[in-house]
Amino acid sequence: MFYREAGDFKTTYKDDNQTFPIKFDRYRYYAVMFAAFAVIPFLINDYWVNAIFLPFLIYAIAAIGLNILVGYCGQVSLGTGGFMAVGAYACYKLMTGFPEINLFFHIIISGGITAFVCVLFGLPSLRIKGFYLAVATLAAQFFLVWLFNRVPWFYNYSASGQINSPERSLFDITITGPNADAWAKYLFCLVFLTVLALIARNLTRGTIGRTWMAIRDMDIAAEIIGVNPLKAKISAFAVSGFFVGVSGALFFSVYLGAVEVGEVFGINKSFLVLFMIIIGGLGSIFGSFAGAAFLVLLPVLLKNVLVGGLGWPTDLAAHLEFLIIGALIVIFLIAEPHGLAQLWRVAKEKLRLWPFPH
Amino acid sequence: MLDTSDSYVTEDGRTIGGVVMEMKNITLRFGGVVAIKDISFDIREGEIRAIIGPNGAGKSSMLNVISGFYNPQEGDVYYKGALRPPMKPYQVAQQGIARTFQNIALFEGMTVLDNIMTGRLNHMKAGLFAQAIWKGKAEAEEVANREVVEKIIDFLEIQSIRKTPVGRLPYGLKKRVELARALAAEPSILLLDEPMAGMNVEEKEDMSRFILDVNDEFGTTIALIEHDMGVVMDLSDRVVVMDYGKKIGDGTPDEVRSNQAVIDAYLGVSHD
Amino acid sequence: MSDTFIFGMEVFLNGLMAGVLYALVALGFVLIYKASGIFNYAQGVMALFAAMTLVGIMEGRVPFSHLINAIFGTHIHHFGWHLPAVFGILFTVAVMAGFAWCVQKFIFRHLVGQEPIILFMATIGLAYFLEGFGDLMWGSDIKKLDVGLPQGINLLIDETTFGWFGYGFFIDNLDLVATVIAALLVISLIIFAQYTKQGRAMRAVADDHQAALSVGISLNFIWVMVWTLAGFVALVAGIMWGTKSGVQFSLSLIALKALPVLMLGGFTSIPGAIVGGLIIGVGEKMFEFLVGPLVGGATENWFAYVLALLFLVFRPQGLFGEKIIERV
Repeated sequence: MFYREAGDFKTTYKDDNQTFPIKFDRYRYYAVMFAAFAVIPFLINDYWVNAIFLPFLIYAIAAIGLNILVGYCGQVSLGTGGFMAVGAYACYKLMTGFPEINLFFHIIISGGITAFVCVLFGLPSLRIKGFYLAVATLAAQFFLVWLFNRVPWFYNYSASGQINSPERSLFDITITGPNADAWAKYLFCLVFLTVLALIARNLTRGTIGRTWMAIRDMDIAAEIIGVNPLKAKISAFAVSGFFVGVSGALFFSVYLGAVEVGEVFGINKSFLVLFMIIIGGLGSIFGSFAGAAFLVLLPVLLKNVLVGGLGWPTDLAAHLEFLIIGALIVIFLIAEPHGLAQLWRVAKEKLRLWPFPH
Repeated sequence: MLDTSDSYVTEDGRTIGGVVMEMKNITLRFGGVVAIKDISFDIREGEIRAIIGPNGAGKSSMLNVISGFYNPQEGDVYYKGALRPPMKPYQVAQQGIARTFQNIALFEGMTVLDNIMTGRLNHMKAGLFAQAIWKGKAEAEEVANREVVEKIIDFLEIQSIRKTPVGRLPYGLKKRVELARALAAEPSILLLDEPMAGMNVEEKEDMSRFILDVNDEFGTTIALIEHDMGVVMDLSDRVVVMDYGKKIGDGTPDEVRSNQAVIDAYLGVSHD
Repeated sequence: MSDTFIFGMEVFLNGLMAGVLYALVALGFVLIYKASGIFNYAQGVMALFAAMTLVGIMEGRVPFSHLINAIFGTHIHHFGWHLPAVFGILFTVAVMAGFAWCVQKFIFRHLVGQEPIILFMATIGLAYFLEGFGDLMWGSDIKKLDVGLPQGINLLIDETTFGWFGYGFFIDNLDLVATVIAALLVISLIIFAQYTKQGRAMRAVADDHQAALSVGISLNFIWVMVWTLAGFVALVAGIMWGTKSGVQFSLSLIALKALPVLMLGGFTSIPGAIVGGLIIGVGEKMFEFLVGPLVGGATENWFAYVLALLFLVFRPQGLFGEKIIERV
């Protein structure tokens, strides 16, 4: 009943271009923002932050980044894990090399470095397409993980080969290290996610977003109507790399605190983020959120129900998780290639007409 | 500079200017196959220029040469009086040459509005950072270009479908949206590759009207390929006739109609 | 003759034999890709699953015993029989044929006409599913597989080369047998594709689906057949690797080794898969031998990929592909 656009007329093109053209959507968005910034921080404890909120926020950033590349620009990448590792190791080197600089900048610069590396591995996309490119990005995945594993400079010659996040603070509030408060870590990541999601939204609704989608839908035609394929693809790799790099940096510095590259940023991480955007919805910012939430919650839920509730062994729950995720991917690709975002859109269409569908 | 010394006025009162594009001795080969053999012709400013010929005559290849998708092995292309070096298709588009495609090449995942907005790419200058911030330059630019696009939407009478994803549209409307996307670029030369292929009589009449209106109102130079002889003869000011990659006729519709080589190519001739 | 040269030769031979196995795995990909345009990422997991099933059947394990025990509180695990390898292999082939039928029936029949990249992502999903399914069915412990293949150093080669160079080459009997079997399998697959009725139908489908349909070839049958064949190839690869280092998760990673082989050789070319496999096998062993020590070792993880990537940048159509002409 509330969900109406009737009477909500737009009189300028500016109004027509806004992110949430329907009033109800707009108010709900304000409500979500209010809850996320002003309510949740007071309610959460360590368990909630570490099990759900931090992974959700950070994976959402990575998923938006990958969605820009795969969902908007149509260049499938299986190197997300490797690129997250670049962000993490760049952040580590910056944190230990320049401790006097604000952590905030460390993370931004880590994103920039990852963007550069991502562009480097994206260059072949000008010559090769489709799953040739997908397989080629695996080169990035394996090479980068190997690099961080084998070249001691990257982990400051530590005996364990691990990198550990030193304690850093912002406005005298500890953000990283074992003494950081749950709410501080949460807010720090939330700010990054909010700003980056807005940027992603702005980029995808404007000129550059249209050039990406043109390349995705029909690259030859796009070039003939005036899209410079080099610029479009490289910018997609750069923006995507920046997002993925920031998420990698946060994953290491704020969330995990200690990282062994092969374990944390292996090829399974690449697939996990890819699955998030397939389930959430290719070519949708909202879908990136939905997919990240879904795949963060699913294992927690399975574990609580099967292990906690029914008393099954942990490994059994893990196998079942693999089976379910794999089946879900196939089901979504068959039944709803645009993922949860499309289901949500359809539900909204229905709701708009309800209760008079005819 | 354009040489306008030999411009003239047509019977229906339109001014045809000097030569805006000239093809000189173009030869295009794919491996051993010669698609275009030593063809020369020109396109004048403000005219409707047709390229006709039987299947496989090399018409589409010719259009692809003009739009820079193929670079010919021999011959020169002069554009606005200057020799055009070999360039990428997108650079050609930036010079003001827009086109439509024989098999519709719209971006199926985007809405009609977004498709037409891509046509205005070369008029939009905001950088990556301006767009990331959106407020200010990027938004102003978006709104300004949206106004231009809305005019074209009005002109082609597709207001009601502007937010529909292109994939859902019927064939005839897709053709119209493609024309809109090409027009949005405000091109100096508009290339139409079989704009009426697969249409019924009414749709053909609509499309003919749009083509004439575009030429009339915006003064756009148009080069088109078409199979329907009736349409071509009615629409165009001058016609190039191709057969087996060679030019066999060039002139006004009346001249071409009475050209013996053209009649032979179309009606067949006994080789004895 | 310098020592490096002699060691290098030994590495070269080992690389060649590894290459034949890569070619074998790659062949499984080529089969499916040629017939259906599906790039089957799950090929490696299929090898793992086939090997697990073989062990499970031979040892008489109860399928899903962990799951059953967890749900019903029972303690079942073995039927208490031991089957000879031949029966085990036959049963496993039957299981793989059933798997092929299911894949066709429940997944790819619903994805006909989709873009290749969507199909590719579906096979990644399939790989995850099959991995979870296999672990649930047979347990995720490392299993020993012994179907009676010879193992250990080949003394004949060791002594002969010692006689020639004063240094005996270490060549594993298992590798030798694997190479011979792989080579035989490759040859018989080529003969099958060239000279049998089903093989011709398969090539017809690969060429043009519509045309094949119109002359009365059942697409469904051909697709189930190639998936079964790919399952068989996976079983053979699974036996080789499983015998060598146990049936465990890492076995599924051999698929990742086959991907660069395919990029190098082209996805549709059987000779390409063989040559690509040999180049990568030899290339990565030689690179590790010559350059590895300088950069910290374990270059085998990425060498094949980087090689294939660099190669593709200069020749996007692969070794044996035709030049791509783009059209509008």
